[in-house]
Amino acid sequence: MSDNNDTAGSHEPREDGGSRRVVGTPSSVGERTLLAKDDDEGYPAPAGAGEELDEKSAKNAERVVAAFFLLAFAASVAFIAYYIGWSGRNGGMHGVTRTRESNLWLGGTMALAMLALAVGVTIWVRRLMTSKPIIQERHEMASSAETRAAFEADVLAGGEDSGITKRPLLRRTLLLAAAPLGLAPLVLLRDLGPLPEKRLRHTFWGEAVKKAKAEGKKGVRLVVDGTNAPLKVSDFNSPGGMITVLPEGIEETHEAANEIAKAVTILINVPAEQFKPVKGRENWHVNGVVAYSKICTHVGCPAALYEQTTHHILCPCHQSTFDATDGAKVVFGPAHRPLPQLPLGVEDGYLIATDDFPEPIGPSFWERG
Amino acid sequence: MSDATAPKAVAGPLNFLDDRLGSTNFFQRNVKKVFPDHWSFMLGEIALYSFVILLLTGTFLTLWFHPSMEEVVYNGSYTKLKGVQMSEAYSSALHISFDVRGGLLMRQIHHWAAVLFMASILAHMLRVFFTGAYRKPRELNWLIGINMFILGMLEGLFGYSLPDDLLSGTGLRITQGVAESIPLVGTYIYMFLFGGEFPAGQYGDLIPRLYAIHILLIPGVILGLVTAHMMIMWHQKHTAMPSKNQSNEQVYGYPFYPVFMAKTGAYFLFTFGVLALLGAFAQINPIWLFGPYDPGAISSGSQPDWYMGVLEGALRLMPGQGTEWVIWGHTISLNVLIPATVPLGIVFGGAMAWPFIEQWVTGDKRRHDINDRPRNAPVRTAIGMAAVTFYGLLWLAGANDVLADKFHVSLFGTTWFFRFAIFIGPVVAYIVTKRICLGLQRKDAAVAGHGVEAGIIVMAPDGGFSERHEPAREDEMIKILSKEKARAEAPAVDANGIPAPSQKGPMGHLRSRLQRAMTFDDIPIEEHGEGHGEGHGHGDEKAVGSGSGKQLGH
Repeated sequence: MSDNNDTAGSHEPREDGGSRRVVGTPSSVGERTLLAKDDDEGYPAPAGAGEELDEKSAKNAERVVAAFFLLAFAASVAFIAYYIGWSGRNGGMHGVTRTRESNLWLGGTMALAMLALAVGVTIWVRRLMTSKPIIQERHEMASSAETRAAFEADVLAGGEDSGITKRPLLRRTLLLAAAPLGLAPLVLLRDLGPLPEKRLRHTFWGEAVKKAKAEGKKGVRLVVDGTNAPLKVSDFNSPGGMITVLPEGIEETHEAANEIAKAVTILINVPAEQFKPVKGRENWHVNGVVAYSKICTHVGCPAALYEQTTHHILCPCHQSTFDATDGAKVVFGPAHRPLPQLPLGVEDGYLIATDDFPEPIGPSFWERG
Repeated sequence: MSDATAPKAVAGPLNFLDDRLGSTNFFQRNVKKVFPDHWSFMLGEIALYSFVILLLTGTFLTLWFHPSMEEVVYNGSYTKLKGVQMSEAYSSALHISFDVRGGLLMRQIHHWAAVLFMASILAHMLRVFFTGAYRKPRELNWLIGINMFILGMLEGLFGYSLPDDLLSGTGLRITQGVAESIPLVGTYIYMFLFGGEFPAGQYGDLIPRLYAIHILLIPGVILGLVTAHMMIMWHQKHTAMPSKNQSNEQVYGYPFYPVFMAKTGAYFLFTFGVLALLGAFAQINPIWLFGPYDPGAISSGSQPDWYMGVLEGALRLMPGQGTEWVIWGHTISLNVLIPATVPLGIVFGGAMAWPFIEQWVTGDKRRHDINDRPRNAPVRTAIGMAAVTFYGLLWLAGANDVLADKFHVSLFGTTWFFRFAIFIGPVVAYIVTKRICLGLQRKDAAVAGHGVEAGIIVMAPDGGFSERHEPAREDEMIKILSKEKARAEAPAVDANGIPAPSQKGPMGHLRSRLQRAMTFDDIPIEEHGEGHGEGHGHGDEKAVGSGSGKQLGH
């Protein structure tokens, strides 16, 4: 807000060219814009828009404006020249260096062209245009009472003439016909997606474990996210380590991206002496190696930061913090529930999961219960 | 040019149109339309021009962008991602950046313009709010404006989700989590929006859907609303700040043609020029550094664009303990639902309702074409500042990890600070703002009543010194005297002792109390007659005598 509260210091540019102040002396009374002036002309003309142009200074201003327009011309020409002449050399733009060069040249000349043109036009308005400020009337928005009354009468008469007001059968059947027609487009949207069903309750871990058990194994192997290499217990034996794992075979599933987004799991090696297994889950870890869902129970970001000294798992999105030594219980932040834990085991020296997560992973939802 | 005739090249087409449309009537009425001047009136123009630039650059980008989640192996000229598997959307965004000449520039201008679009709408809204420019007859444009801001938030969210890089995927993941928290229909909304499960659904429908919404549906609606906004503004004529020649009956300023037209044209070029400058020299959203989306990966310090920061902050502040309930086998996740809906609901719902609440409380149903100075409506200004504080604190809380990192304070400490500040801050802002407004009113009352300190010390015959006061300049006086006296409370009973309808019942009582709260400490500002110069500029309202109050416009 430009309300200038300073009684003495409202230094608007003024046309009257008050006498120059010597630095360090108090301002003269005449310069105090709050004080009444004898030759008060009221509304200070926004500088420029001079009504009477001094031909000499106008000529000067015209030259300045023309200089800016020429600069804009030159910049636009440079833009086109660079594009045609240089940006396409050696087969066009390729890679970071050439992109940077092209971006600077094209953007720089484009900005220069527009800014020069803008400055030129601004000076033109302020120094050369001779339009004077004018006054126009404002009008009441509302129509007159007669107009309103006449319109109302016309509308009622039209309703009467059309018969819609006096023929209830017509009116009601019309409304009846309109209702399902309005609903039809909504029905059409049904195939936007599948129904939720039990999709959010299971992950690929469960399916993979079932398949492994059918083959006579104890569970499904954990593979490292990125390399897909199965993980030996002896490969992951340094306390404080954390990696991201997936169930073996998830890459080959039908909706692999969606399955990965649910099954992604963090594997943490917690010092065995500090580890407090949750009751009933005493055999879900392997010497302090414990697995939790990586999908935060708040709104689903990957809880990807692990702090070795405090054993806290932190979600970088909203800072929900979970204690890895204590069943991933929430210690701070907006999440309400612990990260679901994946039961682990060992088979042939490899780390395996022996079952799906015991509860739905990720954010809460209405049907979760 | 009164005696010159228009050149044939101009007159020809004009006559052609006029013969068929009668368009010259319209042009004649509007060619010299007056636009009042004030620097703050330019904020909305920035928003308008940013939108035009968004349409231009966005159209350019659609010529190369592939809205597809099909997995491809990147083989473009950005060597660091060569051979990496990614979605076609991400690959084509890289192609635009590194293989289309000017593509990166247009992408960056597009993103900067989006940031500027939202920022200028917000600044424009604050201007309109604090000067009371939303008052009758302009409530409709106020509502249209708020809806454009909300649509702009969605448009931005969907827009930066399109390139399918790591950061944008994180935003969508959060969108999914928020959708799931909606009671009863949450999972259905999730499934129907994503076409199945996050991220790709059953057929990779998500990116094509976001694309259609981003380039067609929302811009179409915004374009319609912008048009309505402009036409209403044009029809109702722009408000003016209180100054000489401005009133509810007339408007004073430079004519549209040629002055305003040239100025606003230059302003478009300034906006575009500055955005081009940013696009050329200031990197924004370098998607090639983030890599393709991977549901298991994230980078620390993930930040959305600024206009989503307020939601991000709300999500971060809400404590998770005791805020999720399982009732009759159904989960209600208030730790997500409340921050996602309540804060912005209060801010936007409150803003939409405010013009009508104010009308109801004050009983002022008149037309207002002259803006208030913010100090002259202390309650409105204070409520506005409380809202700004509330929004601003949530916005800062959305970057609390960055704040904790930059200022070396505890991360959880910042969360606790904001959890309290969000309640205390707005109250403090309200009180402080109101006091400042009243103080400024007292100062105005002093100037109106006693004049301005002239800097001339006068010695009285008895040896006392005093400073002479002189009347303020006329345009300053017009500004100061633009304050209306607080409207008298509506009488509780009419002449026959029958309670007035507006004062009856609990709502009537509430209304009277609110009106009293809004006006009890009002400071009347009145002009003294000539020759008053008591030398004491005390602004106490009681010291200001009665004078012929010169009111402008009303």
